[in-house]
Amino acid sequence: MISQLTRDERALAMVLCVLLTLFGATLGLVGRDDVLGWHGALLALSGMVLLIVIMSKIYDPDPNPDRVTKYYDDPTKVGVIVSMMWLVFATFVGDWVAWLLVYPEATFDAGWSSFGRLRPVHTTGVIFGFGGNALIATSFHVLQRTSRARLAGNLSPWIVVIGFNLFCLLAVTGYMFGITASKEYAEPEWYADLFLVVIWVVYFVLYLRTLARRQEPHIYVANWYFLAFILVVAILHIINNLAVPVSLGHAKSYSLFSGVQDAMTQWWYGHNAVAFFLTAGFLGMLYYYLPRRAGRPIFSYRMSIISFWGITFLYMWAGSHHLHYTALPHWVQNLGMTFSIVLVVPSWASAGNALLTLNGAWEKVRDDATLRFMFVAAVFYGLSTFEGSFMAIRPVNSLSHYTDWTVGHVHAGALGWVAMITFGAFYTLVPMLWNKERMYSSRLIEAHFWLALAGTVIYVFSMWNSGIVQGLMWRAYAENGTLAYSFIDSVDAMRPYYFARAVGGFLFFLGGVIGLYNIWMTTRMPAVEKPPVYDLPPVVAAEPAE
Amino acid sequence: MLDKHAKLERNALAFVFAIIFVASIGGIVEIAPLFTIDETVEEVEDMRVYTPLEVAGRNIYIREGCYACHSQMIRTLQDEVERYGPYSLAVESQYDHPMLWGSKRTGPDLARLGEKYSDAWHVAHLINPRDVVPSSVMPSYAWLQRNSLKYEDMDLHLAALRRVGVPYTDEMIESAAHDTYGQAKPDSERADAFMERYGEDSNVRAFDGDPGHLTEMDALVAYLQILGRLTDVAHQQASNSTGGE
Repeated sequence: MISQLTRDERALAMVLCVLLTLFGATLGLVGRDDVLGWHGALLALSGMVLLIVIMSKIYDPDPNPDRVTKYYDDPTKVGVIVSMMWLVFATFVGDWVAWLLVYPEATFDAGWSSFGRLRPVHTTGVIFGFGGNALIATSFHVLQRTSRARLAGNLSPWIVVIGFNLFCLLAVTGYMFGITASKEYAEPEWYADLFLVVIWVVYFVLYLRTLARRQEPHIYVANWYFLAFILVVAILHIINNLAVPVSLGHAKSYSLFSGVQDAMTQWWYGHNAVAFFLTAGFLGMLYYYLPRRAGRPIFSYRMSIISFWGITFLYMWAGSHHLHYTALPHWVQNLGMTFSIVLVVPSWASAGNALLTLNGAWEKVRDDATLRFMFVAAVFYGLSTFEGSFMAIRPVNSLSHYTDWTVGHVHAGALGWVAMITFGAFYTLVPMLWNKERMYSSRLIEAHFWLALAGTVIYVFSMWNSGIVQGLMWRAYAENGTLAYSFIDSVDAMRPYYFARAVGGFLFFLGGVIGLYNIWMTTRMPAVEKPPVYDLPPVVAAEPAE
Repeated sequence: MLDKHAKLERNALAFVFAIIFVASIGGIVEIAPLFTIDETVEEVEDMRVYTPLEVAGRNIYIREGCYACHSQMIRTLQDEVERYGPYSLAVESQYDHPMLWGSKRTGPDLARLGEKYSDAWHVAHLINPRDVVPSSVMPSYAWLQRNSLKYEDMDLHLAALRRVGVPYTDEMIESAAHDTYGQAKPDSERADAFMERYGEDSNVRAFDGDPGHLTEMDALVAYLQILGRLTDVAHQQASNSTGGE
């Protein structure tokens, strides 16, 4: 991998490693009285390790100059593997905390291992570690193929991949140290947030510069979604994380906003992290890998335009449905509800477009577990976007909010849609990347598919049950007009569902382990002589009539 | 329309600006007015700030991720008002940077927890919840009683909070560390000085039952005991509306 960089690029990489080490050392020094010191040390250590790795290859010969005529897939390869490792780690932590709700004593007498600190490790690990790496890896691959251009840089893709994973590492280790900003899905503190901004700017510039090199006149649909993902996540991240640190030597900061304004900003962020991280980016994945695997063009170009702009416009209004019946002004709640309901239109347009693309290839869906992953993903995408719009309706939300129904809904999206489309994309992508005829084992893909599906269904059904039971118990009145149940009654009633949920989660985790093993073994298979079809321009939708 | 879009998708920069424009509208319309419309947050006179010890406790509440299972936002629904107390008003979290409204109730809402249980109950409950609530699924937080509270830098915390809009005085900031200590050490000079600054009604107690050792437990219990008690306005409003004019 390092041998694909010229000696000048290696030297520049070493300079960057030194800068990272210095930055970490400074942070460690000014923050030596605070937990911040540990994070400084972690960054400095990472910088030094990277430096040593590059130094050990500094005298390797320069790469073949004809590298510029080829696609640059090394960063994608690393991204795919790392993404699967995050998946295994984060679903393990998720299942652990799921068991903690059944057996609260099943942990250590130490802060780092308690539910409250491990829960964000799970969510960040899955959303950013697994999801983020999957998005970065596939976006590089898709961008090059649909533009018929090589990435506009040899070093910058590595800055993105390595930098992003350092951010994830800062985040999850921070929670265990007790460093958190407490904003859900935006928990990392100010210095990690600033670090991510730098990485994200590199990502955006790389994306635009590569698009500028494209040999295709049109920018393919998948790239619209990846662009929206990069841009809007940047806007959300910067605004929601505005904060004043206690001092430069403290990890802790205080959010610039308070109370109702903070709540609205947070859920504008939170809901659109779902929209632009967990939806737009993965739709980009779907729009490339699903037609590739099915061997059919996208059903409708018009539908892709409508759903893209619909999603980009409407989602940003929907966040306030997280705050129904709260101290948020009524008019904002109503706007949020209205736009959330309308949102089902572009969402179903996307899901419908995906399913109609498969129409005519159903025998492939039946026989090919990889394509079946993507089919099930599209179905879950349709189901959970419908459910989301439904739950945004005020009276429905009065029952569902604060309950496990929300948790079930999120996992229908995260397991059923985000993870399934990623598995489908990875199983399509991995043989192409490593130049293999096929995946190591199709039976293991089949096993992964059924474990993932069974796990998701068990999870979602148990959370539907527990959520609705909770909601109904909280509002139930006895005949004498008093509340029928104490809160702890509702906790007792959750036991069987929490148990079932942890079992479902375990099945899903097991599937992830199998997936990682299968991908790893594929990379070790003998390569095929010549890549026959993989680098042809992708199947794209028909051009609009002029 | 499609022709225009075909043009747009040939120009990466135009596409970028189109995305930024289209995606910004919702946030601008919904969020910006919340900062300018005066009625968004009620004005009340008796609203008080958190004491330094309560700030430290709040930071422990955040650090341990309590908000993942406990909300602090009672909705305007009858069963919630009957279960938890008057519904939450915007002003009650006016000084909450960040807010801790929460999104999930694996445990009950805590918006009006203050003074509902004794300090001793909280300490026992935090050390092992199942000692007092046998079927609780809450983790135990025994280390809070073991950890000394780090309070020497509370002045920096209060100064940062003032920068984001909480009205601490210079005096409060300067004596923040002393006040943190004083609030948990009754009958000391520092306790008297603390009460002079924050009022006679403030809670001055050895919250964890041990006046000799200032622990994280002291801070967290002090915070839990003030929840819903920064202002009385929610109770006043509730009694006005039910009490018949």
